[in-house]
Amino acid sequence: MADGHTAIRRVARGLGTAAMLALSAATQAVPDTDSPVHAPAADVDMNFRLQSTTPTSRTPLSDSTADHSLYEALQGPFGSGPEVTKACLSCHTEAGEHFMKSIHWTWEYTHPETGQKLGKKTLINTFCTNARGNEGMCAQCHAGYGWKDDSFDFTNQSAIDCLVCHDRTGTYYKTPTSEGSQACNVMFEDKAPIEWVRVAQSVGLPGRENCGSCHFYGGGGDGVKHGDLDSSLVHAHRALDVHMDEDGLNFACTECHVSRRHQWAGSRYHVIARDTGGTGMPGQRRDVATCESCHGDAPHPADSLAGIKLNHHVDRVACQTCHIPRIARGGVATMVDWDWRTAGKTRDGEGYKEKNYTQGNGEHRATYKSIKGSFRYAENEVPGYAWFSGQMRYTTIETQLDPEQAPVEINSFSGSPDDLASRIWPFKIMHTVQPYDKGNNTLVYMHLWGDDDTSYWGNYDFAKAIETGMAKNGIPYSGEYGFVETRSYWPITHMVAPADQALDCGDCHARDGRLAGLTGFYLPGRDANAWIDGLGLLLLTGTLGGVAGHGILRAVARRRRKTQ
Amino acid sequence: MSLRRVMLYSRFERFWHWTQMLLILVLLVTGFGLHGFHDLLDFRRAVTLHTAAALGLVLLWVFAIFWHLTTGNWRHYVPTGSGLWQVARFYAWGIFRGERHPYRKAYWRKHNPLQALSYLALKLVLFPLIWASGLAYLFYALWSGMPGAGGLLEGVALVHTATAFAILAFIIIHVYLLTTGESFVEHLKPMLNGFDKVELTPEEEAYLEKDEPGHIR
Repeated sequence: MADGHTAIRRVARGLGTAAMLALSAATQAVPDTDSPVHAPAADVDMNFRLQSTTPTSRTPLSDSTADHSLYEALQGPFGSGPEVTKACLSCHTEAGEHFMKSIHWTWEYTHPETGQKLGKKTLINTFCTNARGNEGMCAQCHAGYGWKDDSFDFTNQSAIDCLVCHDRTGTYYKTPTSEGSQACNVMFEDKAPIEWVRVAQSVGLPGRENCGSCHFYGGGGDGVKHGDLDSSLVHAHRALDVHMDEDGLNFACTECHVSRRHQWAGSRYHVIARDTGGTGMPGQRRDVATCESCHGDAPHPADSLAGIKLNHHVDRVACQTCHIPRIARGGVATMVDWDWRTAGKTRDGEGYKEKNYTQGNGEHRATYKSIKGSFRYAENEVPGYAWFSGQMRYTTIETQLDPEQAPVEINSFSGSPDDLASRIWPFKIMHTVQPYDKGNNTLVYMHLWGDDDTSYWGNYDFAKAIETGMAKNGIPYSGEYGFVETRSYWPITHMVAPADQALDCGDCHARDGRLAGLTGFYLPGRDANAWIDGLGLLLLTGTLGGVAGHGILRAVARRRRKTQ
Repeated sequence: MSLRRVMLYSRFERFWHWTQMLLILVLLVTGFGLHGFHDLLDFRRAVTLHTAAALGLVLLWVFAIFWHLTTGNWRHYVPTGSGLWQVARFYAWGIFRGERHPYRKAYWRKHNPLQALSYLALKLVLFPLIWASGLAYLFYALWSGMPGAGGLLEGVALVHTATAFAILAFIIIHVYLLTTGESFVEHLKPMLNGFDKVELTPEEEAYLEKDEPGHIR
């Protein structure tokens, strides 16, 4: 574990350097394009689910036997989301109960092995840090209506938001559930009202843009969080992802993230790092999103030695490691570095943005925001690699941390070459400097969102924002905050490249290959024993020298005999 | 006793020798490439070639072992102390003084004692070592689930590499010694046409001339 982490840190440093280079390149390319926060310029950073410019993806899953526009219950009129939900539930009588058990509703997850209480309701992350207490903004990605504080009723079925996942018009959107500071509210103005009847009658199985309206924008913007999930996947091409390729397989997310009773397979809190179950027979396996569940556990054609050898790698190397050669390949950058310390600068008393990074698709990304601090991005990035057993352990609000031991790992994971359940996995590594409670040595909940005089977004005062954030949730706070370096690790599993673009043997089996930093096991082509090599070369030079000396002596002796 | 040219290296023995040479050459080049000593071949191609050559060699050995046992040729390699010292002394001393090689090839003993001992060591120590470690390496997937397999693989790799160095050292000496005869080509010829000069007893000579006329010149 320690070794794996040293290795991944080394990779992480490389990632940071690359990001810095990319940043400096971008800085040169684009002159300072500072703009006040309320400029109407196309701003891809936060406009998730507000972009109606993206047409809906086709979805091969929609072979429905029902035309929802014909149903009497959906003829309207509807004045609000909950009214539509009631109509949905009038036919789908069990869906409400099923859905309320899903993490999309509860935002709660208790890890079956560590017992840790996880989920967005509790966790602190390395981006905006905490959804908790900021539900007014963050719960736009809660599949419900009206969660703005603790008063939200998690048993009210009509508060379920069916449309965010099932709208197939691409016109449905959500807005913050409570007032934010004017500095933020401007982002949500001037939206066309939702045509409830049209939207309600359009419903179908979710397309990629449905899931993507939240999952592509995690961390506060397009591609920010994951590195393998961003808006480029809505209309993916083959080289970006063989499964989601719009002109090919065109998979919807749920093709792999299979569901039953509104429970989806595939959790990053509890990853199946090595699936030995294979494809399963009909009637089996409706509960995993692993590659093996379709491709089996010997996925390479065994018609060549290399193919057989590749199949022998399946037990130790995750499919993703070779088949996702780089992340953020779709022209959308992923964030690799976030420094909260620089947040809060204003111009004429107003927050502002600097957009000094131009990503592959030509859009400009903020490298500084008063409300958040400074950022660095990466594209076409080589991920970090580590042994991973699938078990994540989180640094939560309750964890005592040691600032001397920084960077603090917000999520650490177990895995080692000696553990047969572990495989080598790719990770996106996120570097952050974020506030913590200096007196109690814990992370903090910040009060970011709110139309009041302590919310960070609008008042730019960490002391007030942390005090309110902690008090609001009943967490003890020493009153003194500092900044601590943190890391988070995001297992990579999307953006699967076509087979001919997968890594080749020599990418890892080499002295300075991709796995150069992973220690604790013997990797042919990379590792060698210095003693054996040294003695072997000594033996060879000795032998060559010996026979050469012998030969010369023979020649000299022969000549001497001749002259005698 | 008379010195005659006799068929000493049968067609199979020569086939075995030269095929083995070729395969070992491929194995050495690809093997040291895989080990990171050169980049002539990419890893995938090198592994494929290395494994194909190794499996070819294993097959060849199966036939060679069968041949040794059934034809009685294994007797050429039985170690003997008699004459060993004289041969060693010759290479260390006598050869510089223009002395004659102390060993006389016999029909049923075509290698000198030192040579026989080296070949025996090659066949009983180095080849089995590289063979066993190589197969363990190749079929790692069959035992990778064992506890401590990772550490064991390193051991297997070390044995395999160390043996490869030793075999290469053997080849260097083996080729060099070809130059110690009348001439390099003269020394090489028996392994090409099969005929070598041997002291024959009158009985052997009579037998060969009568029953194996093609095997004596």
